[in-house]
Amino acid sequence: MPTQDRPLSPHLQIYQPQLTWTMSISHRLTGIALAVGTLLLVYWLIAAAQGPEAFATAQALVGSWIGRLLLFGWTIALFYHLANGIRHLVWDTGLWLDLPSVYASGRGVLIATALLTIVTWIAGYWFRGGA
Amino acid sequence: MHRATRSYRSDLARVRGLGSAKEGAREWWMTRLTSAALVPLTVWFVVSIVGLVGADHAAVVAWLGSPVAAGIMILFIVVTFHHTQSGLKVVIEDYVHVEWLKIGAIVLVTFASIVLALAAIIAVLVIAFGD
Repeated sequence: MPTQDRPLSPHLQIYQPQLTWTMSISHRLTGIALAVGTLLLVYWLIAAAQGPEAFATAQALVGSWIGRLLLFGWTIALFYHLANGIRHLVWDTGLWLDLPSVYASGRGVLIATALLTIVTWIAGYWFRGGA
Repeated sequence: MHRATRSYRSDLARVRGLGSAKEGAREWWMTRLTSAALVPLTVWFVVSIVGLVGADHAAVVAWLGSPVAAGIMILFIVVTFHHTQSGLKVVIEDYVHVEWLKIGAIVLVTFASIVLALAAIIAVLVIAFGD
């Protein structure tokens, strides 16, 4: 197949970063990150099924600084993918497809991601007893 | 054997020329359906997990000992892994162009999703009905 002599469109590095396409690729990247995150959920559930000792190990791992850092990243990814996913569902109905709406809803997703992440972590530390 | 006119279509595309397999709509629809289902399920999951920050084994067993919590958790697992599989499949199809690698990766992602979902469900059932 003579595919190599086809013209190539300009690649990523040539484009100015814009909210539209950076948020689009971020949706995929957060999705992939969350797919990796399901491994932790499965491990955590299996540990809980195995008994108190295995579960204590899992909780210590999750509660360690690296565990918390990963969880924080996954919290951002989860809320971003959730909020932007709702944005995609709205688009599927044919609404919000004009450029001003795309930018407005994009900013809305970013603000929602930040707020939900902060609220969730404050609530998490609150339930832990302010540790 | 020469071509009178230069075409950018590959030989394969010319031979096939039949368009899609016309089964894509179901995949597209299932991704939307699982997205919509995951909105309330994810909110439930995050609220539940925040309430369990720093919890011991007994608290988690008590939580999943409730038929409602165990049921929603299993639903969350099934829908999450269905959505994960379909999302990763699209990403692979878009970026992996070596045929055997593409098929191999899709098979791997599908098998892994099923095994992980099954492991998580069994863990939930052991917690819910064990002891």
